[in-house]
Amino acid sequence: MAVKVPIFMDNHSTTPVDPRVLDAMLPYFRDDFGNAASRNHVFGWKAEKAVELAREQVGALIGASAKEMVWTSGATESINLALKGAAEFYKEKGNHIITGQTEHKATLDTCKRLEKLGCEVTYLPVDKEGLISAQQVADAITDKTILVALMAANNEIGSVHPVNEIGAAIKSKKKDVLFFVDAVQAAGKVPFDVNEAKCDLAAVSAHKIYGPKGVGALYVRRKPRVRLVEQIDGGGHERGMRSGTLNVPGIVGFGKAAELSRTEMADEAKRLSGLRDRLLKYLQTNLKEVHINGSWEHRLPGNLNVSFAYVEGEGLMMALKDVAVSSGSACTSASLEPSYVLRALGVGEEMAHSSIRFGIGRFNTEEEIDYVGKHVVEAVNRLREMSPLWEMVQEGIDLKSIQWAAEH
Amino acid sequence: MAYSEKVIEHYENPRNVGTLDKNSEDVGTGLVGAPACGDVMKLQIKVVDGIITDAKFKTFGCGSAIASSSLVTEWVKGMSVDKAMELKNSMIAEELNLPPVKIHCSVLAEDAIKAAIADYKKKKEAQKG
Repeated sequence: MAVKVPIFMDNHSTTPVDPRVLDAMLPYFRDDFGNAASRNHVFGWKAEKAVELAREQVGALIGASAKEMVWTSGATESINLALKGAAEFYKEKGNHIITGQTEHKATLDTCKRLEKLGCEVTYLPVDKEGLISAQQVADAITDKTILVALMAANNEIGSVHPVNEIGAAIKSKKKDVLFFVDAVQAAGKVPFDVNEAKCDLAAVSAHKIYGPKGVGALYVRRKPRVRLVEQIDGGGHERGMRSGTLNVPGIVGFGKAAELSRTEMADEAKRLSGLRDRLLKYLQTNLKEVHINGSWEHRLPGNLNVSFAYVEGEGLMMALKDVAVSSGSACTSASLEPSYVLRALGVGEEMAHSSIRFGIGRFNTEEEIDYVGKHVVEAVNRLREMSPLWEMVQEGIDLKSIQWAAEH
Repeated sequence: MAYSEKVIEHYENPRNVGTLDKNSEDVGTGLVGAPACGDVMKLQIKVVDGIITDAKFKTFGCGSAIASSSLVTEWVKGMSVDKAMELKNSMIAEELNLPPVKIHCSVLAEDAIKAAIADYKKKKEAQKG
């Protein structure tokens, strides 16, 4: 079967909308366009009913009840609401927040903002696999700690954190410390349950699970009740926590996407990890010095993050013009710094520059994996022939023995 | 960010990839950049009677870095050493339509040719010595 290009293999950045999700959404653009807050006519009732069904579906994905889900515009907003809302509400209890160095920018930048507002934030380091242990978290808790904010799975290296152990450790150390989990990459991909994690708050996003962009949700525990100060003022929607007219078609799509992910997760995980292993095996069989970044054992099924030594990531992506992947190379970011996640693992800067993230998703096929593998091998070989570093290593020169110019 | 056509053309058909004998007294070698910064260029020139008769490069870097070094090797072939010293990064950036974030690639290419010339001159001085 001929492979259709370009191939999308960047499913951690976003995912295509599943056709079944789109079908569920369409009526809410056309005939059933009502405002879910309109309590006095059939248009409003239909919209409200659809939104409440979606609330159950998204809640079910993470083991929460419908009443605990607050709709937002996406995970970034969910994270902002959780962190800022909790820090503000519980400021009389303390001002200390614990998070991790490899968290998403939405968490890190929100924490930076909270520091300016008087909070103290501990950024926990990760081990070389990208993991944070329950003991590390427990040890960081002080009598001023009000919140721990950690991701369930990392967006770059796919490492899956032991959130259940972390939640238990937090609650046994200090019961009233809130636990917020960024479940954006984990939900629908690996089992995640708010009760097993003993978490109080959790962020999820529709477009990472084959739903539409612009819709997210925040889980806010009811028993014991977690309080937040709202960050958007208005009509008092969503139990007063998030005002604004609901994006009904988007929410309906999120609900359908969550239901599909929940019911198909086990089969899909098996298929995706099979594809991932196939790709890695091909790369390692045909190329030398392919280094895996992050934990192999505790990893999202569709994630493969590898460094091709002596080849620069952006240069490699340019060769793969028919394949959409991502790189931790500085050249792909505005900052000219290589991935802070890879550097936090202790991956050298030169290897961070050489990293490629393959995000394998629901619609990728075995044929696509083989096409990508073949083209990556060709491109790496071509670029290594052009690489002065590769040449030096072949000549037996230790690159560390060279006095390189220090400036970037 | 989309690449300019010229960058793509050089990236796909790089000129003068390869290696000259760095121990030859007619060859100057420049090695600039650092792996940790994501760019390393090795540029070599062969000089006969003050004229650059051959140039080769190898580059670890993004497409713009590869294109910048490829372009420089193409330009300097047939040029006198003195004329090659006058090459400016702005000329490279302009020719390849590099966006601001990629200007450092052209700076590195200028550094590379200057380093190669300096290495060649050092060899010549040593011979005289």
